[in-house]
Amino acid sequence: MAILETRQLNKHFGGLHVTGNVDFALEPGEMHCLIGPNGAGKSTFFRLILGEHMPDSGHILYDGSDITRNKPFERIRRGISVKFQVPGIFKELSVRQNLEIALQHHVAPLMLHEEIDRLLEFLKLSADHMQLAGNLSHGQKQWLEIGMAVALKPKLLLLDEPTAGMTPDETFATGEMLQELNREGMTLLAVEHDMAFVRQIAHQVTVLHFGKVFAQGTIDEIVADERVTAIYLGEADA
Amino acid sequence: MSHPSRFTAFLKLVEGPQTLGKGPKFWSVFALVLLAACIYPQFADSYDVGNNVYFFNWLFMAMGLSLIWGYGGALSFGQTAFFGVAGYAYGVLTINLGDAYGLTLVSLLLAVGISALFAAILGYFLFYGRISGVFLGIVTLSVTLVLERFMAQTAGPQWAIGKARLNGFNGMGAMPSLTIPWPGGAIVLYPDVTLYYVTLALLVSVYLGLRILVNSRFGNVIVAIRENPLRAEMLGYDIRKYQLITFVIGSALAGLSGVLYTSWGNYITPASMGMTAASLPIVWVAVGGRSDLTTTLIGALAVLIVFQTLTIYGSQYALVVMGALLVITVLIAPRGIVIALSDLLPARKSKMKGEV
Repeated sequence: MAILETRQLNKHFGGLHVTGNVDFALEPGEMHCLIGPNGAGKSTFFRLILGEHMPDSGHILYDGSDITRNKPFERIRRGISVKFQVPGIFKELSVRQNLEIALQHHVAPLMLHEEIDRLLEFLKLSADHMQLAGNLSHGQKQWLEIGMAVALKPKLLLLDEPTAGMTPDETFATGEMLQELNREGMTLLAVEHDMAFVRQIAHQVTVLHFGKVFAQGTIDEIVADERVTAIYLGEADA
Repeated sequence: MSHPSRFTAFLKLVEGPQTLGKGPKFWSVFALVLLAACIYPQFADSYDVGNNVYFFNWLFMAMGLSLIWGYGGALSFGQTAFFGVAGYAYGVLTINLGDAYGLTLVSLLLAVGISALFAAILGYFLFYGRISGVFLGIVTLSVTLVLERFMAQTAGPQWAIGKARLNGFNGMGAMPSLTIPWPGGAIVLYPDVTLYYVTLALLVSVYLGLRILVNSRFGNVIVAIRENPLRAEMLGYDIRKYQLITFVIGSALAGLSGVLYTSWGNYITPASMGMTAASLPIVWVAVGGRSDLTTTLIGALAVLIVFQTLTIYGSQYALVVMGALLVITVLIAPRGIVIALSDLLPARKSKMKGEV
């Protein structure tokens, strides 16, 4: 059974169809990338899954139950977590406190600091744990937010351009982080533009174009697909 | 203090990343200030002591605003609305119930409860209606001014609840002071030394209680919502519920101020909810440093005393100074003057970097 499934999902703003009848399924344990040119509807698709936007029609199923009408925080409590494109961190609070807030509602108080230290190490942020989060470098902010998203121990992690603005080294390290999470059983769905990164992590790739599923397959199949190259990869992968 | 582990446990509760001031140094100063406040009535005229309770009365409202605005990030112009609602409620209740059998204390609780209920209803529509930012300020200010206008037109004899006449613009008076039933004669809390100590004890309890609250898990979520509401929600928190609870607690503290003020002066008027009154709490809290309870307390007390001193030379003139003070704070020390001054101290500076 798919962990996440959308059936005939529709959303339009005024006359503009941002997602049109999207049928999409994600298997548990999969690492899946969503690609597509700007305006393809990737971010809107994420917002629909998270409940930030309500669809005009269609259904979203998560882990076997219909969550189409659930509030965002209810979806998070069921095991979905997200890392936003622009780092969504608490800038005026310390790195440690950022993680504490993410961990506190499901980790016992006595275990809290041990768990924070473990996460800090995973995120390579141990040395900076007392820094204000706003003072971190851009890449570190991205990692901190990945850490906050992972702290919830989600079954499904959504990542909106997790490597945006990172150096190639940071991007590669992020890929390794995500692969480790995936080995531990987490399902990942990422919007990503960096094709090298997609090649590093993705088992399956879905191409969105004008709000519709345009193509689906392994990265090699997608790259070999001339229709895809025509709309997108031709200029992006050059 | 006799039990060191218990004292450490207490410190663990009242200290944390959300409050400045920690360690033996801070608590020693705290103890000294408290001691000075305790012995002050021994060296002053009891009439002056009773008058100066006036300053304490407002500090509950200031701390409430610090919680809602400084910690929660929601600018409420409605503090005086809850102040007025609770003040009038206390008047109506005590005029009807009288001051025997501790009924004034019951009235205090009921009046604060009524202002909290009012805050819960208003807050529900504000936060679940997703009103935020400047619009929250506009709506709460409007509600406050509507209440003032409404109370100002209640001069006629038809505007009475039981024995209590609302009295329109002139305000309601002659309600009994808070009275504590006591074997051998009730203690009436006139503006005097006893009231001073009762209010001081209440002030210290609320201050410490709020320190515990903001350093708790609940406090973590409040500041998280201030920093980034979307992220807080996407960590699984029902942020509207947290915002509403914060708003109700902060507003109820304004209600407590209202009751204490009304009981202290046996008087409440619609002007307590007017435009001027509604904006003053913003000045008190912003000047000291709204994002911390201690700086809020110091700032609010200082501004109140300066304002009161200036009023002797003319109240309009004092208001202009208050306005200028707010502008200067916003331009030069947006986090508050007390925080800006403590940043100038080199020891503090390194501490802030390392520990905050």
